[in-house]
Amino acid sequence: MKRAAPGVNTARVCKCEADVTTIHIDNRPYPAKDGENLLQECLSLGFNLPYFCWHPALGSVGACRQCAIKQFKNEEDKRGKIVMACMTAAKDGIRISIDDPEAREFRASVAEWLMVNHPHDCPVCDEGGECHLQDMTVMNGHVYRRHRGRKRTFHNQDLGPLVNHEMNRCIQCYRCTRFYRDYAGGRDFDALMLRDQVYFGRYQDGVLESEFSGNLVEVCPTGVFTDKTLKRHYTRKWDLQTAPSVCVHCGLGCNTIPGERYGTLRRIRNRFNGAVNGYFLCDRGRYGYEFVNSGRRIRQPLLRKHGTAPLQLASKRDALQRLGEILSSGARAIGIGSPRASIEANFALRTLVGRDQFYLGLSERDSRLLASILDILKKGPARTPSLHEVELADAVLVLGEDVANTASRLGLALRQAVRRQPEKMAIKMGIPLWNDHAVREAMQEERGPLFIATMADTRIDDIATRTFRGPPDELGRLGFAVAHALDPTAPQVPDLSSTIQTLAETIAEKLKAAERPLVISGMGCGDKAVVEAAANVAWALCNTGHAAGLCYAVPECNSLGAAMLGGDSLESALEAMDDGAVDTLIIMENDLYRRTDAAMVDRLLAVTRHIVMIDHIEHATSAKADVVLPAATFAEADGTLVNNEGRAQRFFQVFVPGNDIKDDIRGDVTGDIRESWRWLRDIIVAAGRGDDARWSSLDDVTAACARAIPNLEPILHAAPSSDFRIDSQKIPREPHRYSGRTAMHANVSVQEPEQPGDPDSPLSFSMEGYPGNPPPSLIPRFWAPGWNSVQALNKFQDEVGGPLKGGDPGERLIEPMQGKKVAYFQNVPGGFKPCAGEWLLLPMHHVFGSEELSILAPAIAELSPQPYLALNPADASDLGLAAGDEVQLHLRQRTDAPADGLTGTEPMATAEIYRLPVRFKPELLHGTAGLPAGLPGLGVLAGIALPAWGELKKAEKGIAEKGKAEKGKQVEE
Amino acid sequence: MNEWTGIWANLILILAAVFAFSAMLSWIERRLLGLWQDRYGPNRVGPFGVLQIVADSIKLLTKEDWIPPFADRAVFVLAPAIVAVATLLAFAVVPLAPGIGVVDLNIGLLFFLAMSSLGVYSVVLGGWASNNKYSLLGGFRAAAQMLSYEVFMGLALMGVVMLAGSFNLRDIVAAQENLWFCIPQVLGLATFAVAGIAEARRLPFDLPESENELVAGFHTEYSSMKFGLFFIGEYVGITLISAMIVTLFFGGWLGPLLPPLVWFLLKTFIVIACFVLLRAALPRLRYDQLMAYGWKVMLPLTLVNLLITGAVVLSMA
Amino acid sequence: MWNSLKTMWIIFLHMFHRRVTIEYPDEKPKIPPRWRGRIILSRDPDGEERCVACYLCAAACPVDCIALQATENEHGRRYPEFFRINFSRCIFCGYCEEACPTDAIQLTPDFEMGEYNRKNLVYEKEDLLIDGTGKYPGYNFYRVAGVAIGGKSKGEAEKEAPPVDPRSLLP
Repeated sequence: MKRAAPGVNTARVCKCEADVTTIHIDNRPYPAKDGENLLQECLSLGFNLPYFCWHPALGSVGACRQCAIKQFKNEEDKRGKIVMACMTAAKDGIRISIDDPEAREFRASVAEWLMVNHPHDCPVCDEGGECHLQDMTVMNGHVYRRHRGRKRTFHNQDLGPLVNHEMNRCIQCYRCTRFYRDYAGGRDFDALMLRDQVYFGRYQDGVLESEFSGNLVEVCPTGVFTDKTLKRHYTRKWDLQTAPSVCVHCGLGCNTIPGERYGTLRRIRNRFNGAVNGYFLCDRGRYGYEFVNSGRRIRQPLLRKHGTAPLQLASKRDALQRLGEILSSGARAIGIGSPRASIEANFALRTLVGRDQFYLGLSERDSRLLASILDILKKGPARTPSLHEVELADAVLVLGEDVANTASRLGLALRQAVRRQPEKMAIKMGIPLWNDHAVREAMQEERGPLFIATMADTRIDDIATRTFRGPPDELGRLGFAVAHALDPTAPQVPDLSSTIQTLAETIAEKLKAAERPLVISGMGCGDKAVVEAAANVAWALCNTGHAAGLCYAVPECNSLGAAMLGGDSLESALEAMDDGAVDTLIIMENDLYRRTDAAMVDRLLAVTRHIVMIDHIEHATSAKADVVLPAATFAEADGTLVNNEGRAQRFFQVFVPGNDIKDDIRGDVTGDIRESWRWLRDIIVAAGRGDDARWSSLDDVTAACARAIPNLEPILHAAPSSDFRIDSQKIPREPHRYSGRTAMHANVSVQEPEQPGDPDSPLSFSMEGYPGNPPPSLIPRFWAPGWNSVQALNKFQDEVGGPLKGGDPGERLIEPMQGKKVAYFQNVPGGFKPCAGEWLLLPMHHVFGSEELSILAPAIAELSPQPYLALNPADASDLGLAAGDEVQLHLRQRTDAPADGLTGTEPMATAEIYRLPVRFKPELLHGTAGLPAGLPGLGVLAGIALPAWGELKKAEKGIAEKGKAEKGKQVEE
Repeated sequence: MNEWTGIWANLILILAAVFAFSAMLSWIERRLLGLWQDRYGPNRVGPFGVLQIVADSIKLLTKEDWIPPFADRAVFVLAPAIVAVATLLAFAVVPLAPGIGVVDLNIGLLFFLAMSSLGVYSVVLGGWASNNKYSLLGGFRAAAQMLSYEVFMGLALMGVVMLAGSFNLRDIVAAQENLWFCIPQVLGLATFAVAGIAEARRLPFDLPESENELVAGFHTEYSSMKFGLFFIGEYVGITLISAMIVTLFFGGWLGPLLPPLVWFLLKTFIVIACFVLLRAALPRLRYDQLMAYGWKVMLPLTLVNLLITGAVVLSMA
Repeated sequence: MWNSLKTMWIIFLHMFHRRVTIEYPDEKPKIPPRWRGRIILSRDPDGEERCVACYLCAAACPVDCIALQATENEHGRRYPEFFRINFSRCIFCGYCEEACPTDAIQLTPDFEMGEYNRKNLVYEKEDLLIDGTGKYPGYNFYRVAGVAIGGKSKGEAEKEAPPVDPRSLLP
């Protein structure tokens, strides 16, 4: 069977297909893959061979000497020699011994040396209980410390709010630098000093710059790097209730394992999915979870007695009764769904209000962009690649999307993609690809073609072959030009400058020469021309016989899924409201003030008689609602999300929010938190239409959805249904060592509460259930006997580094239309022309800050930038601005956009003047300015659809303070 | 009329006394066990703990009388009554002293055998009606055990009958005026004692309720006074067997100086104490040992005894 | 058979032995110091809490009757934020004491814990913490462990060399 593996082993592009050979381990024959390293093969065969420095995604360097085995010349050879398994290739007929006494002794002595300086602090070490070093020490049988000398010590560094540093525990395996520098391209962290004093850290205290620093926690085999957010509410791995989940902080749909204890979410760990995130997560995904514990959570229904009364706590019954009254009184309601809610939740809302009254909850521009992306992926010939396939691409054009900030994990995949072409050199030299150090020596600084055309500098520019900066129009023109250069039948770009022309030709040439070219774009620059240009490039490649991939980054975890459900924009909703036939608005998991202009949302909410809000977080929109219902977050609900690849993935409830536990364990934070679809079902019932929603479990909703929308039929197979059992048992969410069951609630009541049931999934909220390995989409944690650390993952894979046993989870919903000729997009934008006195404000995305939910996590908030306005220094000096000055921003009225679906040309917020500190970005074109996207500190500015035009003026120093105060008020609102 | 009052007085007094004594026996047994195991036994309720039985009764009477929903209700309720009634009826033929005794049947011995065999129904039905695997196993064991031991229980007594020439218990006692049958019928005594213990389901033959394998065997599901009836039935059984041993082998009420009733009670008490000593000293048999012991040792022994007795009786005649 | 009779005779003779029963409420028994009774949390010789909230006792507990939450003071010293033992579930097996790496949790000879209300058998940290070192005098985990806490920096624990200066040029 062909195997696709992530990381180092994935580069089979040019490698001969793996031949199966026979190797002899302890005199018994086993099948193995020819040329693969013996450590990986031994682990794949299920042997427990200790190791430290080797990592399936990082390859072998032979640094730790822990995987020593005996190799024999032939059957007669009884003496043999000790070799490192990770540095020895599996050749046909090779004879090795793992159990050889000498090899065992060697490995044990290595463990003993490594422990010489290890501090005596496992009890207070956060890695304890899931420590690879602990596991390997036990595996080697090292129990007694003979060394009587003094231990070497180090001072620690403060590495920021995400990663904790405890250098004394280090065993010098070099995995951290190999990941941080070699794999993730970080520059600010390295191995310092020499001999037994090697120190892994930064040149001085400070926040780790890479947005993948959190992976050090999992990469480090011991407790040098640990999760700093977990430290604040520390819990051992065996005490965490976990379930398979999917990250909700961007559109890539990385698989995660969130862990809960005592009713709060404690941490996120990576859940290996060979096709999606592989071994690594970005820090937004890893540390954004704390919004679930936020003080801004809505925990109980709120009701407004009459128009101006404040929102008051209400019982679930009262709230539903009120909703029943509203809906059965003949009101016509429209529903506004959300791309950050699951398919099932959106579908439930669609069922409540009816298909034609269901709106997507995006601005006109965003919903058009999303619809056009979906259309391109569905109708075009270019395949949308999985993240793993992105890693396999050997020539990439990034058009318009700052992937490092909007879809960070995609940026990490690109860092691997640029290795694909130079790797061929290593193969030619006969170096196996797992031999990491040798491969890197052979490659030197050589990189495959990667072209990055974006509005501003990105953090992956360092690996780019060429970069191009410009406003969206220019990016679009470049894209169209590349497409034309590839296929002359594609539309030509008029008035193209010669530099862009030559750049376009270079890009076209490189893409054409590649075996697996890839085009990446997205909604990040908010421009349809860019999206279409990217499609043209990919299609031009396909039409000229190249199997090109086309990957769009979408902003939210279910953007594509929501788009597949259909539904119009907010502007159309306003139109429907203006018709007067509608008086009730049901908004689900959506803060409309982040979607579009505040003035428009104000108007929409003002003309509505009843506003019903179902969400988990308080925000500007929920503050204006008449009925607020507490929804469950990803950790408290089950559902299906569709990522940017079109892969439907199921996420499972991690814990039952305090309200469902039979006693009042959570004190005054008890509440009525429930899944959005359950609320909506109850509303349907309250409105007297119970027959429409006879749903008792998530499966019923999913099935109804698949029936109603045939395109979504595969979501049924995204995970086994709730009646799935192994040996007639459910899969336990709690590990078998889960502690404190009879004491954790004892302060409230000595009667232990009943274990909550779970009608929605084959998992149980219990430590009882099937003890073996569950199917891949239901793995709640990686653990195997003797393997307490994340490395237990080896036991869940068919072949170490390869896909999970039973295949990587997720169902692809979108496949390309092969062989059908599609017409190219023809709308080539004109070039960017600066306007005197006006600036085109471009969105600047930030991995920490631009996303709505993760910013509520204190650690992410700490790393998020303050609101600013970025300008070219020359433009700034024209305005008389120096660094640190404040600038006044005056947005142009929205009269120039009649096509946006608004009836008439309403003057929008003409008097709004914003003050922002200025920041220099030399790469910005004259006449353009950068505005951070989505920062909560921006207040109503966060909802402005960028790019937009605005006037800039230097702010007077005196009023600046006052202005700030006003802004502050707006933010609070 | 006077005769009838005498019979009724006899009947009620004897049965009440037997019942009360059997209840007291639980205290006596625990005190005796304590004595032989270097401890005290119940000693906190009343002087020497004699009121323990009162406390236990109050507890049993006030406990929830639970009938499992899965049980066969009618049989479940009936079972404990059978054991109490059957053993008490058997007691009717025991001659306590000249003139004291409920009835004087000339087939008294056969009546005793018949009634004591009825007791097993209680156990089997109780085990079956509980609808619980442990109870059922207990019931099975009881049935098999009774079947096996019943055989030589009757045969063991035939020697005594031959020597006395009567089934009437008073005649049998009278026949021991010169020599207690425990001397000529030593084998008969041994086998009857063993069969009696087995019949009463006492250690070391308490396999039907062996708590470490079967929870509590046939009465696992019983609580409150139904359990109490089983409990008292067991003690009445012990008293009955002891009284029979005394009557058949130790000359009943016969003895010098003391009044006959005192002699009878004294002898009975000593036999009961021996039963308790047996419990204090011996571990429970394994089930296969129990069966082998019954069929391969006791039965042949009884037959040999019969042969010899028969031969002796013939030669004497 | 003979054996059984002999046994019975020996048992019978026990009638004349002295009784070993200690009549408990009237007469207090002498409890050995390693008796596994009421559980306490001890303090180190410096008077600080010994418990470092490592969760090992909770993991070792076969009836899961120990629940705690770790927290840290501003100097990095870890201790339990709350520590709860539900004695109505405790079986006094002593596994928690065996698992404890810092000698903090100890079982004591006190067994008189009867309560009329099960709720009163739930002991919080305040109820468990004693003022002394208990059975094991002298041991202080933080003096041995390589973590820095207030008053003890890196390299100041037992058998530790002074911290390496990563900026030094000396080999």
